[in-house]
Amino acid sequence: MSSDVMAISSARIDEPTWPETLHAWVTTVDHKRIGLLYILFALLFLAVAGVEALVIRIQLMYPHNDFVSPQVFNRMFTMHGTTMIFFFAMPILFGFGNYLVPLMIGARDMAFPRLNAFSFWLSALSGLLLYFSFLGGSGLYGAGSAPDVGWWAYAPLTAQAFSPGSSADYWTIAVLVSGFGSIGTAVNLIATILCMRCPGMTLGRMPLLAWLYLTMSGLALIGITPLSAAQLMLLVDRYLGGHFFDTQAGGSATLWMHFFWIFGHPEVYILVLPAFAFMSEIIPVFSRKPIFGYPVMVAATVCIAFVSMSVWAHHMFTIGMNSYANSFFAITTMAVGVPTGIKIFNWLGTMWGGHIQFKTPMLFAIAFLFQFLIAGLTGIMQAAAPFDWQLSLSYFVVAHFHYVIVGGILFALFGAFYYWYPKVTGRLMSERLGRLHFWLFVLGFHLTFDVMHVPGLLGMPRRIYTYEPGRGWDTLNLLVSIGAFIQAVGLLVFVANLILSYWKGTRAGKDPWDAWTLEWSVSSPPPAYNFATVPVVASRRPLWDLKHPEDPDSLYE
Amino acid sequence: MKTTQLLNIFAPESTPAGAIVDLSVLVLSVTAVIFLVVAGLLVYALVKFRATSATMDREPAQVYGSTQIELAWTVVPVLIVVVLFAATARVIHAIQDAPQPPAAVEVTVIGHQFWWEYRYPNFGVVTANELHIPVSDPSRPRPTFLKLLSADTDHSFWIPQLAGKTDLIPNRVNALWMDPRRPGVFLGQCAQFCGLQHAKMLQRVSVDTPGEFEEWIRAQREPAAEDQSTSSGRRIFETTACINCHTVRGTAATGRFGPDLTHLMSRVTIASGAAENTPENLRVWLKDPDAIKPGSLMPAMKLSDVELDALVRYMQSLR
Repeated sequence: MSSDVMAISSARIDEPTWPETLHAWVTTVDHKRIGLLYILFALLFLAVAGVEALVIRIQLMYPHNDFVSPQVFNRMFTMHGTTMIFFFAMPILFGFGNYLVPLMIGARDMAFPRLNAFSFWLSALSGLLLYFSFLGGSGLYGAGSAPDVGWWAYAPLTAQAFSPGSSADYWTIAVLVSGFGSIGTAVNLIATILCMRCPGMTLGRMPLLAWLYLTMSGLALIGITPLSAAQLMLLVDRYLGGHFFDTQAGGSATLWMHFFWIFGHPEVYILVLPAFAFMSEIIPVFSRKPIFGYPVMVAATVCIAFVSMSVWAHHMFTIGMNSYANSFFAITTMAVGVPTGIKIFNWLGTMWGGHIQFKTPMLFAIAFLFQFLIAGLTGIMQAAAPFDWQLSLSYFVVAHFHYVIVGGILFALFGAFYYWYPKVTGRLMSERLGRLHFWLFVLGFHLTFDVMHVPGLLGMPRRIYTYEPGRGWDTLNLLVSIGAFIQAVGLLVFVANLILSYWKGTRAGKDPWDAWTLEWSVSSPPPAYNFATVPVVASRRPLWDLKHPEDPDSLYE
Repeated sequence: MKTTQLLNIFAPESTPAGAIVDLSVLVLSVTAVIFLVVAGLLVYALVKFRATSATMDREPAQVYGSTQIELAWTVVPVLIVVVLFAATARVIHAIQDAPQPPAAVEVTVIGHQFWWEYRYPNFGVVTANELHIPVSDPSRPRPTFLKLLSADTDHSFWIPQLAGKTDLIPNRVNALWMDPRRPGVFLGQCAQFCGLQHAKMLQRVSVDTPGEFEEWIRAQREPAAEDQSTSSGRRIFETTACINCHTVRGTAATGRFGPDLTHLMSRVTIASGAAENTPENLRVWLKDPDAIKPGSLMPAMKLSDVELDALVRYMQSLR
């Protein structure tokens, strides 16, 4: 574009000093930089939570192992879960949303840039607060350190009587504050998507990624507030003489469970919808076909969001609800599998009749499809409540949800990294290292999480710092632990690829994948203002229309 | 305790566990078929529609959707859900709403950090950690109906071969029943994270023949055995803080915070399964419980070796 050339040739700016660069990043309100800050912080927390997972797996390699004490082990699984959900998964998905949504809808930034920055810093600093608990958790009463009550922090384990010191408070306040950050970004995404689409981009023409982030943000607004409320009630119990959850004084342990899971279940859909977004952008491009059934994909997304708010007590099938309640949650849980399954079929339909290219982003998308299918099916198994009376609270459910979050969401994230890295940096990631990363991770993932279902079927509960020999769990746990290390190596290859490609990667140009959405119409990396002139679109694939003027999508939509 | 004993949920020995397996066969069959069909189609698509040198220069037909196909793959899953739900709801009701027959044995289970209290209200028996229930003959059923309570935090009662798990939640009464079909020993452990020693809140259920069960009840109802030769140990027990937490029926010890020790020697393990019930282990436990179960709520009382020996001899007399 001639205006780009003029802007570049007339610029003669001295290179900024490193304090100036640091200051620019810390005070930025640019959605692209905030997106990258989210992603960077999330990757750091991924590494920390990953080390916590390795500590868990080393301890469980052998029965009666004493690699760590029960105190440390209980902190490890609590911090691993809390960090992964609130300080890795949420931030990294908000980071991708931040970066991509304005670019994909033809906007120059998010609706509220300063709220954007504020939300990021709330998330980042609350993560640091959580980890400060290792130092400050003993509080005035001793016997503290990092929280050790599990990432759901069930009452009354979190009461002062059972959790003296401040460790439970670090969990409560860090997660509470990060929730405010999430709500800020959700508000921003909704306002941006609803109000700042470029001319011609009706809701029915915006990329599926935008629909999925819009829905996810709505879920975040509705789902995070019960958790925040419960956390405030817990603080009242612990410090102001309240008895909401204080069972010794007539309070209710199940009240906490309902509040938590009314958040907790929509939360996992908040995590998975962006993964669906990445798949819905990657699979069409590498199949060389438009997404199959766009309107139904949108309808299924919205349907998932609504139904997901009615399933929460399937996390509570064992707490002794009556048969009618258990039946209700069984059918809603099975029902939410229908729109979710439909999405898998639509992705399959997209690939069907295409010319599938097995580049690295597509490799991860293909693995996602198989793995998410399996994860969904083990979910259906647990929807059958009596079956869940055996499977719940065992390693079967740990295997199930890691299958969704690692096999589904993390694989989708890897695909997204390889797909959009050239847009962000101007260079392609190495395909060779990408394949090495992919196969190592597939091997490690399946070794760990396929095998992990079996100890659950053989009676091994979760959250135990050691286990008894002679129950058939020994070799299985050893295999699971070996797989974890293989995944760690895969992750190191990925990080090496991220770093090396920044300097050595092939230059990508605007549109290395021959894709069709607006972000591929600007330079790589995009200019600070995204679009010199605001684009005008007439279909869901504006770049397809530009590249195929004789056969534009606008004739068929 | 060195041999392998699998706690296989697919090897049920009781009606509720069996009903769950029957349901699981249906669910697993349906999900297996779904997996084979969808994964099969995926593999087929990956092979058949991969890009080749022949397809390099052109784009494939740009298909946007198909109403008929999308309708079909909506209706079929809905039908599958209807079938699965019907089967599920039947089993939920069959297990949860089963009436309690008059012959049922009643047990009240109270979960503690980190041990199990068992009370048989109709027999006047109180014991801990190792449950004895009678085998149930299908022609004259004698199931065991358990009431589940908690003294502190959440716990969960899970003996995989006998029933699905149900939680023990403070301030709430839950219920569970089982009708074991054969005598034997069935293992399990607490399944809801309850604090530091959640991992060592092990369970041992002894399913007895009717005769064995009657004998066990009769022996458990007796007060503690009197044995003059252990009187020095008994004196230590009664003058150290032991009696604040423990009950030994027929003596001054009426504490309710810790397990009932009246018939400690009738148990195979101590510390809720954390160690075998041997004199050596008893001595280690009494000297310092943290050596076996760090974080268990029993304090070390700093007894001398002589006192410990006497105390162990007293414990061993509690048959």
